[in-house]
Amino acid sequence: MTKGPALLLPVLYLALFFAYLFGPLAIMAITAFNSASFPRVSPWECLTFGWFGKLAQDTRLLEGIGNSLVIGVGVVLIAVPIGLAAALTLSQVGPRLRASLYTVFIAPILVPGVVIGLSTLIFWDRLGAMVGADYDTLFYDGIFLTIAGQVTFIAAYSMLVFLSRISRFDPTLTEAALDMGATPTQAFVKVLLPFMAPAIASAAVLAFLASMENYNTTVFTVVAESTFTTVLASKVRYGLDPSISAVAVIIVAFTLVAATVFEMTKRRQTRAASGLLALDRPVLKLIAHPLFVAGLMAALVGGVVWTGANHDSSVCEMQVLDDKRAVQERLEQERRERIEALAPAPSAPAPSAPAQSTPTPSAPGGAFAPGALAPGGAFAPGGLAPSGSVDD
Amino acid sequence: MTDLRAFFVGFVDRNGLPVAIYLGLAVTIWVFLLVALPQLAMLDFSFRHNLPPSKMGGPEDVYTLEQYRYFFLGSEIGGGDWNALDIGVLVKTLLAAVAVTLIDLAICYPVAYLLAHSAKGAAGRLMVLALIVPFWVNEILRAFAFRILFGATGVINETGMAMGLWDVPFDFVGEDVALYAGLSYAYILLMIFPLYNAIESLDRNQIEAARDMGASRIQVHWKVVIPYAKPGIASGSTMVFMLTAGALAAPQILGGPSNLWFTQLVYQWFNDGGNWPRGSAYAIVLLAVCIGFVMLMMRVFRVSIGAIGR
Repeated sequence: MTKGPALLLPVLYLALFFAYLFGPLAIMAITAFNSASFPRVSPWECLTFGWFGKLAQDTRLLEGIGNSLVIGVGVVLIAVPIGLAAALTLSQVGPRLRASLYTVFIAPILVPGVVIGLSTLIFWDRLGAMVGADYDTLFYDGIFLTIAGQVTFIAAYSMLVFLSRISRFDPTLTEAALDMGATPTQAFVKVLLPFMAPAIASAAVLAFLASMENYNTTVFTVVAESTFTTVLASKVRYGLDPSISAVAVIIVAFTLVAATVFEMTKRRQTRAASGLLALDRPVLKLIAHPLFVAGLMAALVGGVVWTGANHDSSVCEMQVLDDKRAVQERLEQERRERIEALAPAPSAPAPSAPAQSTPTPSAPGGAFAPGALAPGGAFAPGGLAPSGSVDD
Repeated sequence: MTDLRAFFVGFVDRNGLPVAIYLGLAVTIWVFLLVALPQLAMLDFSFRHNLPPSKMGGPEDVYTLEQYRYFFLGSEIGGGDWNALDIGVLVKTLLAAVAVTLIDLAICYPVAYLLAHSAKGAAGRLMVLALIVPFWVNEILRAFAFRILFGATGVINETGMAMGLWDVPFDFVGEDVALYAGLSYAYILLMIFPLYNAIESLDRNQIEAARDMGASRIQVHWKVVIPYAKPGIASGSTMVFMLTAGALAAPQILGGPSNLWFTQLVYQWFNDGGNWPRGSAYAIVLLAVCIGFVMLMMRVFRVSIGAIGR
């Protein structure tokens, strides 16, 4: 067996693949901590947490998040029961009807989101016009329309989750319940629903996430309202700003914490199931407990937030501003000197001449020397501006 | 008719009346109120003139093919020539969607294969988790990440210039490189999981047998794994194709200024142009062309629609 190269290639490929998957997100996350007003990694200016603070004051974004939460809950409450009903119906019909019904149910996933959004908007608009409803009724309400539009396809996602669970259901359980004298309704509530409970939970989470991150449908149905994604999209389209990266950092952090806790819980379950919970040492038992991990993560995030709140980047930012100004001044001086060199009469610019001539010998390094900045900045005509602009 | 009646009676008997009502009501609301009727309303609307609300239902509100005529032939002032601009955008969108689908297939097949057959237990679960995590970040932010990556002062340009590979910032956004990379990225998950599900159920012994019989590594994939995984490939490709063709956020954020995606035309007619009937007609064209294309491909590769979503 030539294990060496044969194993190396897949590992290399996977490494590249995951770099592609996480690289862009990592770089975006880094830009959230750079004080440069355009989201970028280089040139690195100052470590700052200011973009997060800016985020907290963004009322439009906060309002959008509020709407998104309402919509998300609404979608979960409607889409999950519909998905469950669709899956149960599919499991009860004959194979031929099942195939065509399946095609109908799966269609909303394949229809472009734009088309779903548009059709929902038009349908309710026409319906509203038909019954003569006012513009402040449900028919024209952005939140209601968005819920309707999103449920259309998110119900299909839930259905897929339920179908995979149902295929593992043992129908004899229901039969047994019926034989023991349960009514079909009781069998449904006491046997089938508990069996479906984990799927209901995961379908709800999936539906909520799908609702939160949907854009294509929402942008049409939301009308005059705004959601998290539409606010983000307009932010991104009309001016890039690192505070958008800050949003991403928060989401990624949440996701990583949730994923870690989920993974720990899963591992614990598998260990418990196989009777291998052989963590007899109490310390290990504590460390491996999901709650402990969750607490640790929370502490970590809290620590970062605390550091961020107390980190003062204004000194560094002022420094960067001064640096920039110094570079600009040097260029300006060089330009002026060139003009002076061209002009033959040396008498006119006499007072300012000495100040200008001093930095010339060390021109390239001059701006970065610690002493060179302050005097030049103070004497220059615009020298008072930087301190003023930093203050506000 | 009696069959139908018998079916309903059986349905109620089996589920009990309350549950049967819940099932029937939920499915009916979904299929009719949320899916079918809106689509029909849109279809109906696409055959109408663009009228102000006061004139709707009036004598001028008649059916017309005007909106479709506009798509194919352009405005009347422009003469009877083809509407090359809009048709061009549609064709470009479809070709780009096919390209993105193929890129995703090429990227994801090895990953899905490795995931299904080499990574077991905790490592496998960790990889699945690592796959899912980036996709909890929403579409807009993912596109934004690529904008940062590919911008004129982005990491790729800076790195390339620092290494001396090129000395003027390359316009990745204008050349659509950023768009393709971003779109491929956006739908990777939808390709990997169908592939993974299909490949995972393949008996490892079949691969061993093929190897024993002297098949090369490529032959094993071409003759054994790929034919077996065909439903998964069809499912993943269909989803990626449809979602790419219907994408709006990524083209809006990553598309070059002169490059439009067809959904952007729909959006423009609807929001900026204020012409709902024409927007509807364009949406119908998009839907019809996409479905037609997928059906054609399924016919060509002999897969059924039942494979989708598994």
